[in-house]
Amino acid sequence: MSLFCTFTVDRFFFGVAVGQVQEVIRHQAMTRVPLARPEVRGLINLRGQIITAIDLRRRLGLPAGPEGARNMNVLIKTPDGAISLLVDQIEDVLEVSAESIELPPETLQGDVRELITGACKLKDRLLLLLDTGKTIELPA
Amino acid sequence: MNDDSQQQVIQQQLIKDMLMESLEGLDRFDRELVALEKGEAEADTMNDIFRVIHTMKGTAGCIGLQRIEMVAHAGENVLSLLREGKLSIHPELISTLLALSDALREILRVLEQTGHDGGDADYSALLERLRKCQSLPSAPVAQPSIENTAFGLFDDDPGAHSPEVAKPVAAAPSSASSAQVTSVSEASAPGAPSGKPGVSESAIRVDVVQLDKLMNLVGELVLARNQIVEFTSQAENTALVQAAQRLNIITTELQEGVMKTRMQPISNIWSKLPRIVRDVAQELGKEVELVMEGQSTELDRTVIESIKDPLIHIIRNSIDHGIEAPDRRRAAGKAEKGLLHLRAFHEGGQVNIEVIDDGKGIDLAKVKSKALDAGMVTPDQLSRMTDREALNLIFLPGLSTADQVTAVSGRGVGMDVVRTNIEKIGGSVDIQTTLGEGTTLRIKIPLTLAIIPALVITTCGERFAIPQVSLVELVRLEGEQALKGIEHVFGAPVYRLRGKLLPLVCLDAVLHLERSSSQSADNNVANIIVLKAGEQQFGLIVDAVNDTQEIVVKPLGKHLKGLPVFAGATIMGDGMVALILDVFGLAQHAHVVSQSGKNELSESAGTASKAGAAIRQSLLLFSLGASHRFALPLSSVGRLEKFPSSQVEREGDREVVQYREQIMPLVRLANVLGGTDAANGELPVVVYTVNHRNFGLVVGRIDDIVEETVVLQNEQHRSGILGSSVIQGRVTEMIDVGAIISNQALAS
Repeated sequence: MSLFCTFTVDRFFFGVAVGQVQEVIRHQAMTRVPLARPEVRGLINLRGQIITAIDLRRRLGLPAGPEGARNMNVLIKTPDGAISLLVDQIEDVLEVSAESIELPPETLQGDVRELITGACKLKDRLLLLLDTGKTIELPA
Repeated sequence: MNDDSQQQVIQQQLIKDMLMESLEGLDRFDRELVALEKGEAEADTMNDIFRVIHTMKGTAGCIGLQRIEMVAHAGENVLSLLREGKLSIHPELISTLLALSDALREILRVLEQTGHDGGDADYSALLERLRKCQSLPSAPVAQPSIENTAFGLFDDDPGAHSPEVAKPVAAAPSSASSAQVTSVSEASAPGAPSGKPGVSESAIRVDVVQLDKLMNLVGELVLARNQIVEFTSQAENTALVQAAQRLNIITTELQEGVMKTRMQPISNIWSKLPRIVRDVAQELGKEVELVMEGQSTELDRTVIESIKDPLIHIIRNSIDHGIEAPDRRRAAGKAEKGLLHLRAFHEGGQVNIEVIDDGKGIDLAKVKSKALDAGMVTPDQLSRMTDREALNLIFLPGLSTADQVTAVSGRGVGMDVVRTNIEKIGGSVDIQTTLGEGTTLRIKIPLTLAIIPALVITTCGERFAIPQVSLVELVRLEGEQALKGIEHVFGAPVYRLRGKLLPLVCLDAVLHLERSSSQSADNNVANIIVLKAGEQQFGLIVDAVNDTQEIVVKPLGKHLKGLPVFAGATIMGDGMVALILDVFGLAQHAHVVSQSGKNELSESAGTASKAGAAIRQSLLLFSLGASHRFALPLSSVGRLEKFPSSQVEREGDREVVQYREQIMPLVRLANVLGGTDAANGELPVVVYTVNHRNFGLVVGRIDDIVEETVVLQNEQHRSGILGSSVIQGRVTEMIDVGAIISNQALAS
């Protein structure tokens, strides 16, 4: 059994292993970074640390959210400090058994395919497991 | 500052260091002696005990403290016998050694207070006692008097001595002792009433990591302070406002205090210079007198580390290219000995370091023609340059002002690196020269890197911080002036600042900021921030100028590292993040700074990290015969020389020349790689140094020095060649110098 921190982005339901998450914080005021890559939404101040926030919609090639949406921050631990993934909604921490996890469907194509390590069959929906390392690594 | 007082400063520093080291050592000495006596000593204890005294003796000898040297020497004699097992541990022996330790402490104390060791105190009794120890029987024997003596040693008369004063040395079992006690006590007395703590009590060693942590915390505190001050600026509760003000003051003091703990005198790096200057001067057959002024000027340790290499490079350059050989100096009517003057001083929150030589100066005409030849500037650009701008051409990569291509380690190859390194830490380099009289190079660097004063500005609702070091002035145009003051040259805005055209950059345009309707720019006001990027000034147009603040520089994450326009980020009083503009990067991005210089450098660095294989580098191009063109990386070249073929001698079956008092083997590349070289006349030779041995590669003809991004093709199709590439439209083979030389070294 493993624990996943789950959240929604657009109409999808994603999970990240709890061990990779430093913390989850509510919407933060953001400072835009001109000339930065489009996936980089801006910088937030987390108790004096400056953290880069990545727009997960943009990263996953999903349509932009509604104007003025208040994204939540899922902070992922990295050796060089935390990086924030901006998501729509935070959901529960779920306990998932290894057997319920399958490889992502072959029909899933494109860049997103790289970022999703597996799909977990929950009772009513699919939980997509996100490879945080690759997600944070922005393509050149 | 004259030589004497300079010597004195050094001497004082040396004494201070010696005091620290010795007092620590003596404490350990005592502890270990006692352990030794108790039989609890570890394997290395004996050696350590010996080392303490030995080191003291050595250090004292070096800085001319003869009394310490003499006493320590006597102790060392006993200790070396003990270490060799010729003496065994004996209470009398231990007591004597402890008395030695006390005596040394006493001398050190006198030294600390008076600057010289020991005054007129007499240690003959101790020396005698030490001498006697050497002939002590190797097995301990009962000596009834020892207990008493030992107690006598520690039996301090509370009336006679203040507690800090060390135990009298002369409590040895000798009748002469009483008189000595007084003299020693008196010698130490002057310091005691003053209450000034000794070095050992006033200085401790602290882990640098700890200091860095402390500095980070202070940085956080400064940010929190900024926030509180901002929140309370509108508050009506006077008590709260007062508390905030107090916090403000205390934080500033704390910041200064912590910063001071990280300060180191510049002498830490300067102390190595006399040696370097001597070596370089000797190597080049020049006479140089080094004068250093302002040794005690203090800098943050991170800054000190980062200026070390550039400074050494500049000094080498000054000796190599600035100061002339003695005969030429004499001919020019100067003293044969060249003067190299180093000055360091604080000015306006910055540290200035000047390297002044009285050499031949830099020939501007030559710089210009070299730059023109190398295609770095067009004749048109050159004609418009001021002398100052032209002089700054020497900071471009690949420009050498040396006569012909003789000295590659010249001002051409390295100065761009020097400047880049200094600008990286927010400093600047300025050069002034008078032909025939000398050159002054002035480096300005910030005191510290962590907390900097900055100007906060707003454009399109976004705030940015601009480091104050880059700021020249602020210009505000209102009404009519705002409309007419800014003129356009084919779309490029300029402003006439005191009669000179200042190129303008609109921050919103450079950063592609979008202006929402509510932020529409006020056409009646234009704020121009005049900034300097290297030598070039430009004006930055912003919506509003807010204020100046101390900001804490925080690095940007890896996703943003590639953006040259930002130097980092900081947290503002309201808790929001603001980006810090990198003025140089901004100037490059906006094409204010010439494309040929820094821009290329940073771009090449960028492509190099991405592409990996294709690295931009300076190459020396040469040919062997008409059709064979070769290149080798300039970075590996020691020097370029020319030898008349008459100087070539033979050693066995190889050709050699005498070069700098060495026999240097010559490798004719034509023989290794094919092609032909000039058999007669002058041989152009590239000198390589491998493991202190010089090798000369005879190249046919030196064609050019270029900076190119080399992508090798046909790699390794023959030995001695790395591969080929097209450079300047010609197929050019990159030679593998390492392989050629190691083959040659094996063959010889």
